[in-house]
Amino acid sequence: MAEVTTVGAEWAALAAGLLAAFAAAAVVLDGLLTARTEGLPRGPALWHPVDETARLLRQRRRAPLSADTLLWRIGGGGLVVAALLMVAVVPLGQWVLSDLDVGVVWFNTMDVAVWALVWLTGWGANSAHSLVGGYRFLALALAYELPLMFALVAPAVAAASLNLGEIATAQEPLWFVVWMPVAFVVYCLGVVAFSVRGPFTPPVGIDVAGGVLAELSGVDRLLVQAGRYALLAAGAAFAVPMFLGGGAGPLLPGWAWVLVKTGALLAVLVWVRRHLPTVRPELFMEVGWVVLLPAVLVQDLVVAVVVAGRG
Amino acid sequence: MSVLVDIAFWSLAAVAVVSAVLVFVVDSMARATYALALSFVAVGFVVVMLHQSYLGIVTVLMMLMEMAVMAVYMVMYMGMNPALMPMSMVHSKRAALAVSVAAFVVLGAGAMLVEWPVRRGEPAADVTAALGEALMGPQMLVMVVVSPVMVATIVGGVVLAAHRTRYDRFGDDLDRRPPRDPARGGVGR
Repeated sequence: MAEVTTVGAEWAALAAGLLAAFAAAAVVLDGLLTARTEGLPRGPALWHPVDETARLLRQRRRAPLSADTLLWRIGGGGLVVAALLMVAVVPLGQWVLSDLDVGVVWFNTMDVAVWALVWLTGWGANSAHSLVGGYRFLALALAYELPLMFALVAPAVAAASLNLGEIATAQEPLWFVVWMPVAFVVYCLGVVAFSVRGPFTPPVGIDVAGGVLAELSGVDRLLVQAGRYALLAAGAAFAVPMFLGGGAGPLLPGWAWVLVKTGALLAVLVWVRRHLPTVRPELFMEVGWVVLLPAVLVQDLVVAVVVAGRG
Repeated sequence: MSVLVDIAFWSLAAVAVVSAVLVFVVDSMARATYALALSFVAVGFVVVMLHQSYLGIVTVLMMLMEMAVMAVYMVMYMGMNPALMPMSMVHSKRAALAVSVAAFVVLGAGAMLVEWPVRRGEPAADVTAALGEALMGPQMLVMVVVSPVMVATIVGGVVLAAHRTRYDRFGDDLDRRPPRDPARGGVGR
């Protein structure tokens, strides 16, 4: 594969547009799947992102009494920003916004920023339900983050680099997903978790009246909901150079393959939501540390031995 | 280009100092914690500007994680419910002020008066790899010793702080299976 070239900052608009398109596609797919299981008409699901955006933009923005509005809005608005900063280091074929030498660490930093952002969204509203949601997220985060970190280690060790372009190039001829399946699965779990989706919805659970989302309305709610889907899309996009061979593939150019693979993984991540049970934060802690963490450490060991053996 | 770099450096430096001061000025636990986080993040990006991307970004990562958890402890350990009630972030004002001014003067004087070394040699082409080789090569003994000491400290601290012992969990003869715990575990225990 050709070397990646860094494109100018004006292309960030395109990256943001692609991210928004993927996020909207994820919303539509989720709606279609719901419509299918519940036997509802499919038309409204197709327009749901547009309808919901229009509805929330017109809705009056309200805040509970003595909410910490500053922290609340930093938390709510920050999710979209974190997702955008994640995709800034993901190469689209041979182009990348920032060819950062430590791109993997950068992604990890952004997903840790989500800890702070979700908790701030829960805290700032001055509402018990929101606060419970914020704490639930941190409890889940403590369980999923370390396995996720060690899952990110595996491709970096195999490629002997933290740069995403080099990691993608190192996957010729064999994609990392093939010989690091454990790391890939744990990574996907982490992505679903930091998007507060699927099994990891207790922070926004209906048992706490929507948790972190409880008091959000208008554009604030729009930003948080869009941020969750954008994080899911960004996580799918990041998996492409990490595990799925980057832009490698027959016939189509590199950038097209990156988009196709991102879309495919995103669809799986959306689809998997309705096939996994919701996890209780206090129970998932033990799953994370007793099952996932050792599993992914063994995966790292296997990768390290293979790399050392290859010389 | 170098003007932009200067502007970025001084802006980050200003953010670091101003938000550090805000830690003591604001009247809420959450704001104080995240003002501190912002200060550390700005310092992390200053380190990135010194061409140590790995160290800088890891600093940001660790500090965000640490402050997210610390906010929980700050709220938990305050006797009163500090939820969104305004409260002062300082106590023992005079002593604290004296200590911090003295520390600032000593450190500042040290930085100003000491003779700065002249650079010898050139930085490695890949500073991240050089750092890793230094840590895992010549400094390996230190790392190997420090890790078990840190783990032992954490385990020891938890054992000393927890009021329940293994006899509470497993019974007097340590033969109760599964152990009696206040919360269930996630893997069937």
